[in-house]
Amino acid sequence: MEANYGYSDGSGDYFIIVDTDKCNGCGDCVTACPERVFEVAPDDYGKKVALVKESVASKVSYVCPGYKPCSANVETTCHTACKMGAISHTW
Amino acid sequence: MLFMGIDIGSRGAKGVVIEDNQIATAFIGDTGPESVKTSEMVRDNMLAKLGMDMSKITYTMATGYGRVLVPFAAENVSEISAHAKGAHWYFPSVRTILDMGGQDCKAINVNDKGQVTKFIMNDKCAGGTGRFLELIASVLGLRLEDIGQTSLESKKNFPFNTVCAVFAKSEAISLMKKGTPKSDILAGLHDAIAVRCYNLLKRVNIEKDFTITGGIAKNQGMVAKIKEKLGMEPVLAPDPQIMGALGASLFARERYMAKQNAAPAS
Repeated sequence: MEANYGYSDGSGDYFIIVDTDKCNGCGDCVTACPERVFEVAPDDYGKKVALVKESVASKVSYVCPGYKPCSANVETTCHTACKMGAISHTW
Repeated sequence: MLFMGIDIGSRGAKGVVIEDNQIATAFIGDTGPESVKTSEMVRDNMLAKLGMDMSKITYTMATGYGRVLVPFAAENVSEISAHAKGAHWYFPSVRTILDMGGQDCKAINVNDKGQVTKFIMNDKCAGGTGRFLELIASVLGLRLEDIGQTSLESKKNFPFNTVCAVFAKSEAISLMKKGTPKSDILAGLHDAIAVRCYNLLKRVNIEKDFTITGGIAKNQGMVAKIKEKLGMEPVLAPDPQIMGALGASLFARERYMAKQNAAPAS
């Protein structure tokens, strides 16, 4: 499942995308993200996967600075922490 | 065996009870300020129609915005998975779903097993939602049920510059002051919302068959506009608003059966 968390508003598209077919539920992204955007929980089909916290999804552009700005400041980002390459950003 | 699904949406509260893979009863009401009371109201209405009490219901699951506030539900699922399952039950050939709810819109891809393969939701902005249409209906002095039909009577599509609920409202008011017919204002707004939905759908794969669920799927004017933008005829369920509750009841049956199979034989 390709899960898109976020929204598009007048200023752009803000989606964090988790490919749950690739995700193995290891949780490396949970600790890598400086803003703690992710959590690991079973999805509706019983597979343990990474997902964007419900409290974050509706304000994701305020919590997450976007992939490029974040990677300039942080050594390990969600993208690099994920060995499966399951996480991507639209901004 | 009977299974119950409760869908507490942001505007509407829906319930479905299934028996032998048929819908035994369904109910649609307003979501009140207290989700717990609302869910009990939905449950009691359905039980009264069936002439039963809760002991006859084998397993209950909740979905929707207020799914965690349904005290008598054993489990809950996200509305995305529930809509996918409900739509798959009606139309096994459905691959793309647009759920137009009271407070958000979702585009969903579903596979031949009724499982979600891709989804996108826009849950921040009220533009193009049921709440937005309610607001416009009240500005124009029309009933919510009538605005779809009224928009179809338009002879000239009046383009709107925005689907932002706040700006569109003031634009509609200023158009009314200029004497623009209500039907043209509504046609323009429906068009703007359809474009927004199309943009959301473009982020998933638009594949046949295509269905629209949620309360707005009952608005013929909206369905016509989306059909025009997509160039694809949607298949519509008899009552698209109960799709989430139906999906939850199907999940209830599936989870219960899985538990029975997992339990050691006594």
